[in-house]
Amino acid sequence: MQIPKAITKKRLSFSEKVYNFFVTMSGLTVFTWEFFKQSFFPPFDIAEIKKHMAELGVKTLPIVSMTGFIIGLVMALQSQPVFERLGASDYLPGIVAVSVVRELAPVITALIFAGRVSSGIGAELGSMRVTEQIDAMEVSAVNPFKFLVVTRVIATTLVLPLLTIYVIFLALAGSYLAVILAQNMSYQYYQTAVIDAIHFGDLLPGILKTFVFGYIVGIVGAYKGFTAEGGTEGVGRASTTAVVLSSLLILLFDTILVKLSLLIWPT
Amino acid sequence: MADVTPIRIKRLSKSFDGRKVLDDISLEVTSGENLVVFGRSGTGKSVLLKCAVGLMKPDKGEVFLLGENIFNISTKKLNGIRKRIGFLFQSAALYDSMTVRENLAFPLVRNFRFSEKEINEKVVRALEMVNLAEAIDKMPAELSGGMKKRVGLARGIITQPEIMFYDEPTTGLDPLTSKEISVLIRDLQTELNMTSIVVTHDLICAEIIADRAIFLKDAKVKYEGTIQELVRSDDPFLKNFFSHEILNA
Repeated sequence: MQIPKAITKKRLSFSEKVYNFFVTMSGLTVFTWEFFKQSFFPPFDIAEIKKHMAELGVKTLPIVSMTGFIIGLVMALQSQPVFERLGASDYLPGIVAVSVVRELAPVITALIFAGRVSSGIGAELGSMRVTEQIDAMEVSAVNPFKFLVVTRVIATTLVLPLLTIYVIFLALAGSYLAVILAQNMSYQYYQTAVIDAIHFGDLLPGILKTFVFGYIVGIVGAYKGFTAEGGTEGVGRASTTAVVLSSLLILLFDTILVKLSLLIWPT
Repeated sequence: MADVTPIRIKRLSKSFDGRKVLDDISLEVTSGENLVVFGRSGTGKSVLLKCAVGLMKPDKGEVFLLGENIFNISTKKLNGIRKRIGFLFQSAALYDSMTVRENLAFPLVRNFRFSEKEINEKVVRALEMVNLAEAIDKMPAELSGGMKKRVGLARGIITQPEIMFYDEPTTGLDPLTSKEISVLIRDLQTELNMTSIVVTHDLICAEIIADRAIFLKDAKVKYEGTIQELVRSDDPFLKNFFSHEILNA
C-alpha cells in the first residue's frame, strides 16, 4: 500500500497547505480502498472487533448520554414558547422527535464520537507508529492494517448507530421532561404524538447515515495515526487533525446524505 | 538451484530528500554468522536493517533473505519469510496495550496453529531463556529499559527464527546491563544457531557477539574485517572512532 506523504513542518505556505489537503484526501482514498479490500478476506478478528466496540461504546457512553438528554430537553424548552404563541403546542413532541431522529441525534452523536474516538484512535496508532510497534507487527508477519485499522473501523461503523439509537431515546426522554414542566401533557399523549410524527422515512435515513459517520470517524483516526511521524509532536498532530477532519467530513457527508435521503424518501 | 545464503544484500541504495544514506551497499552473511554493522549516528545503519526486512523500500538494489528476493515476491510469501526471522528494535517496540505474556504470544497466535497450552509453554520458555520469567504478567510500562530489551529479545526468538536482526540492542543501558544483554544475545545465537546482523556502536557488545564487522561511512561499506582487525587498524578515522568507544566503555 503506497500512502502519499504530506509536508510536515511548523509553518506551511498556502500552496503547501493545499498540497497537504490533496495528499490527505488521496491518502484517505487509498485507505478506504485498502479497508474494503482487506475486510472481506480472512482472518476475521471478531474478538478484536468486539473488544473495540465495547471499549469505544463505554468510552463515549457518559458524554453522549448527557448530551442526548440535554438536546431533547433544551430543544423542547426553547421551542415551547414559540409553539404556544402560534397555538401549536400539541405539535411540539412530534416536531422535536422528527428533528432529533432525522438530524440532531445522528449528527451531534457523530460529532461527539469524533471528538472522543477519532482523536483516541489517532493518538493510539500514532504512538504505536512512532515507537515502532507497527513496524514490529509487520516484521513478525502480522498485517498491521488488518489488525489495527480494519478492526477499529468496523467497530466505529457498528457502534455509532447503536449509540445514536440510544441518544434518540434519551433525547425524547429529555423532551418529555420539558413538555411536562411547561404544559400539562400526559405521557400517553406525548408517546402517541411522537409515534404518529416519526415515519419510516425519518428513522431509516437518520440511522443509516450514522454508519457512514462511524466509518468516517474510524478511517480518519486510523489514517492520521497510521501515517503519523515526527515523534510525540506528530502524535499530537495526528490526534488533533483527526478530530478536525472527521468533524468536517461528517458535516459534508451529512449535507450530501440529507439531499440523497430526501430524494429516496420525500417527506 | 535456490540460493542458501541466509542474508544477501546486493547494490542497495537509499536516499532521503536527496541525501544518500546508503550507496551501493552489498554484503552477505553466511549461515550461523554474526555480522556487526558499525557506523556513526545517522550513517544509515538502521535504514540498512529496515531495508533488509522490507520495512523500507530501497531506491535501488535487492535483498535476498533465505534465498528469496523480498522485494520481488508476494506479500504472502514475504510473510512466510518473516515468520522465519526475528527483529529486536532499538526501543524494544513492545505492544504497550498488552502484557509481556500477550506480547510474546502475539506472533504465535497470529501466525501458527499452536494450542493455548503450547503457546503458554513457549512463552514461559522464551522468558526463562532471557531470565525474566517473573515478568510474565507485567505491562511494558512496568519494566526497566534492560527488561524491555530482554522481553523484546524473547519475543524475537520465540518463533525460533533462522535469522535475527538487532537494532542497537544495548543503547540506553548501563555498561553492566549492556554486557549482560550482549552475552545473552551471544548465548542465544549459539543455542538457536541463528544468522544475525547487529547494528551497534557499542564496542563491547560487538566484541562479544561479532564474527565479522563492517563499518559504514559516507553511505558506503568503508571497512570490513574482524573486530580485532578494525580496532587495530592504522586508519586514522577508525583509530579515532574506536579510541572514543574504548574510553566510553
